Amino acid sequence: MDPSLSSLPSLPSPQIAPSALPDGLRLDSALALLRQAGQAEPKAEAGTAAWLQAVLDSLVDLSSRDPLTGLANRRSFELALAREMDRVARSGESALLLMIDIDHFKRVNDGHGHAAGDAVIQMVGQALMDTVRPMDMVARIGGEEYAVVLPNCPQAFGPQVADRVRQRVARSQVAQASGGDIAVTVSVGGAFAPQWVRSSPALWMQRADRQLYRAKTEGRDRVCLEPSVLLQVSAEEKGLLLTTAPMPSISQDSA
Amino acid sequence: MTAGPSQKPLATPGARIVAVTSGKGGVGKTFVAANLAAALARRGQRVLVLDADLGLANLDVVLGLHSKLTLHEVFTGKATLIEAILPAPGDISVLLAGSGMVEYSRMTPEVSDKLHQVIAAIRPRFDVVLLDTGAGISDVVLFTISLAAEVLVVATPEPTSLTDAYATLKVLASTQTARPMHLLVNQTQRLGEGRQVCAQLQQVLDRFVNPGREAPVRLALLGEVALDVAVREAVQRRQLLLETLPGSPAALALAKVAGRLLGDKA
Repeated sequence: MDPSLSSLPSLPSPQIAPSALPDGLRLDSALALLRQAGQAEPKAEAGTAAWLQAVLDSLVDLSSRDPLTGLANRRSFELALAREMDRVARSGESALLLMIDIDHFKRVNDGHGHAAGDAVIQMVGQALMDTVRPMDMVARIGGEEYAVVLPNCPQAFGPQVADRVRQRVARSQVAQASGGDIAVTVSVGGAFAPQWVRSSPALWMQRADRQLYRAKTEGRDRVCLEPSVLLQVSAEEKGLLLTTAPMPSISQDSA
Repeated sequence: MTAGPSQKPLATPGARIVAVTSGKGGVGKTFVAANLAAALARRGQRVLVLDADLGLANLDVVLGLHSKLTLHEVFTGKATLIEAILPAPGDISVLLAGSGMVEYSRMTPEVSDKLHQVIAAIRPRFDVVLLDTGAGISDVVLFTISLAAEVLVVATPEPTSLTDAYATLKVLASTQTARPMHLLVNQTQRLGEGRQVCAQLQQVLDRFVNPGREAPVRLALLGEVALDVAVREAVQRRQLLLETLPGSPAALALAKVAGRLLGDKA
């Protein structure tokens, strides 16, 4: 099992020369927060600009991570997504967004307890990290929901990449002290960023979410990627568009 | 109706940028763009039509122009943008794509940058810029539409045209930020057919595209242009319908569409 944050050694309180800090600047709670999160103490001399910068950097890092898994959190993920979207608009590169949700997670929590639930959350996070490239960003964006953004991922590779993620989770297990392993599956929805077009992260996430919803309704433990543009008009839509439309009387005459 | 024509499309000053698109080819998109531009010019607007059909440009054909000065010359540095903005019949200005543009018919960062620059440079000089996009839903078409603050979809009542117009609207709704969406129904054969086509498209949008969407797609019908032999005649003469046969039903309908775009009440 991964070392939990509480197992890290507690750090001594740094000695700050009060005169070195601007008047009224109070860092006690910030430092306490960093210690509690197991962040290394800034190396620079306490009270210097370099030290203050290091404290700020640690706080930024802390506020961009999910504490349970160590993955990026929703906030930093949305920032990364916006940056990626801008890059795709400029370069025309193909980028894939995957939304991943653990199937029937409530059953794990209800049947094995919250500690087991947390272990499963960590296991899935690790499985995702193990399956993607270092340049890809994995984030935990909700209770049992994750997202992965894969820059420079050709459209043709999409299904294979997404299914590798799904399979890796299905093969992983969490061992319990009481005996018996817990295994879970995930549903995966994905959409490619619109190339060349400056869109919005919200629209991109909506499209991937719609595919995740489809994967859930089609039976879970599966991957659904958004179909290509030309295949997006379903027979049902065509039916509603055309059959009930009173067509011009002239063409009806020839029928 | 969300598409208030009087509202400023972008925060920066300059022309209203309207993308004219259709999904399917052969529905009269370029014909509409050219004649709508002329109708807007009659209302005192400074109008430019940019032929954004980089692979299969034919704005020059519709307008009977023979200039060698096109966007290609601008992109390759052989002409300035000002030189390439040509006066055209109907008191409008045009930027032609020309056959030399075939090499730009696939998106590259270069095409993206150059079109952004061209738009930025022409916006302050005009009141309305119409972007005549190519047919289909290619990346070039979707990119061109993304440059516009408003979209005018041209469709005919034919099933293939309706389906392609719907596909375009659906793709735009899911991948691009919400903007006013206008509809012009061309080649109608019955009075009120445009309204019917618009309602039909809206019904399917409401059922399959709009649920759960923060900014639902609302199509605003700009008008219908009846099937009119005068159109074929003008196109064959390579002249503007508004100049050759200004009293024809289609020409009158296009003038009304121009008024609607400028905020005239229905």
